[in-house]
Amino acid sequence: MSEKTITFKIKRQENQETQSYWEEFELPYRENMNVISGLMEIQRNPVNSKGQKTTPVTWDMNCLEEVCGACSMVINGNARQSCTALVDQLDQPIRLEPMSTFPVVKDLQVDRSFMFDNLKRVKAWVPIDGTYDLGPGPRMPEKKRQTAYELSKCMTCGVCLEVCPNVNDSSNFMGAAAVSQVRLFNLHPTGSMNKNERLDALMGVGGVAECGMAQNCVEACPKGIPLTTSIASMQREATFHMFKSFFGSDHEVE
Amino acid sequence: MSKQDSSFAVRRLHSLLGVIPLGVFLIQHLLVNHSATRSEEAFNAAAGFMANLPFVIFLEIFIIYIPILFHGIYGIYIAFTAKYNIGGKGYGWHSTYRNWMFLLQRISGVIAFIFIAIHVYQTRVQVFFGADLDFDMVHQIVVNPLWLVFYIIGIIATVYHFANGLWAFMITWGFTQSDRSQRIMSYVSMAVFVVVSFIGVQAILAFI
Repeated sequence: MSEKTITFKIKRQENQETQSYWEEFELPYRENMNVISGLMEIQRNPVNSKGQKTTPVTWDMNCLEEVCGACSMVINGNARQSCTALVDQLDQPIRLEPMSTFPVVKDLQVDRSFMFDNLKRVKAWVPIDGTYDLGPGPRMPEKKRQTAYELSKCMTCGVCLEVCPNVNDSSNFMGAAAVSQVRLFNLHPTGSMNKNERLDALMGVGGVAECGMAQNCVEACPKGIPLTTSIASMQREATFHMFKSFFGSDHEVE
Repeated sequence: MSKQDSSFAVRRLHSLLGVIPLGVFLIQHLLVNHSATRSEEAFNAAAGFMANLPFVIFLEIFIIYIPILFHGIYGIYIAFTAKYNIGGKGYGWHSTYRNWMFLLQRISGVIAFIFIAIHVYQTRVQVFFGADLDFDMVHQIVVNPLWLVFYIIGIIATVYHFANGLWAFMITWGFTQSDRSQRIMSYVSMAVFVVVSFIGVQAILAFI
């Protein structure tokens, strides 16, 4: 084993009621480490850089290939997935913080329920359950499929909400992810049969109108989803929906 | 709109009022002021025409006072519900052009609101209490260099807020959707800012 070491500075917090504090860890360097393998090393041997025994650091993870969104955290000031954060590409010491937009469960693990609740609110799914076979749905045009495929890469990781100045304690804004999901399911030929329900939800408190257009989301999205185009597209749809359902019209879907 | 929420309509109204009537009024107001660059008499004639329009008090109430109070007060609420994240702990990409514009839009809005309140007190309220609306009234204010600087800052902040607000208006109402159209619109809004600021500053300097 070489002498080379790597240093992690980790913002830790026992639970939401307690104060956060920084703890430093020094680990032996190995080739091709990512932040998660570093955290696993700390878990195996929870001793901080002062040589004191401490509790192992808690974090969230699942797929380890940047498709599940669970391991998002703020690494050296940037919100991203820890699985694709390679130690060789990061400045030392590597600072790890939980995302600040979400309530902390413990250490680096946060509770992203806010996002999942909003996905439920905007009905981000295609309803097909019923008492009889509905048969095959309409065909999806290939060009539409290509647009939809980009939007379907969203993994609800929370990075777009973390960087958004309008998602915070004093606002209800749902953030770019849920707005983009409405666009995805309204593009779907079967999903579009319920598009009025999603638009109504999007036009409620915390909906698309509360976007402030700082456009950080599209810069930060790890999957390169055109979030600001999605938001603008939903602004347009919401405008049409508002005018069509003005003054007691019974407009639902066209 | 029974199934939707009133907050959506309120936000859309806020966006609409910023351009119609407030943006239109801003340009018209600066153009009337600009007649002062020709002569004192030209300004007095232009301002006199505006002040003597029939039912002018109703025009003022419905085209200026109510929209500006709504847009200003709701806008300040919006400005104070954001958590600004320019710079900070090494967020390299946070210092993006649009994130700066987002912050400046809110700062300029608050400056504009304060400026307009003071400006209305110094002019319209004094007219209400019997002062004459003419070139000399404005001259007496901006002959003081501190007030002149305050007016120039106020005008530039207000025009910036209008020009950048046009960019956001185009997205809010669904006109500019693609990256390209939004980029073109940001050039347009910068051009509007430069041209209208020039007109406004040139006009106020004519009153010294």
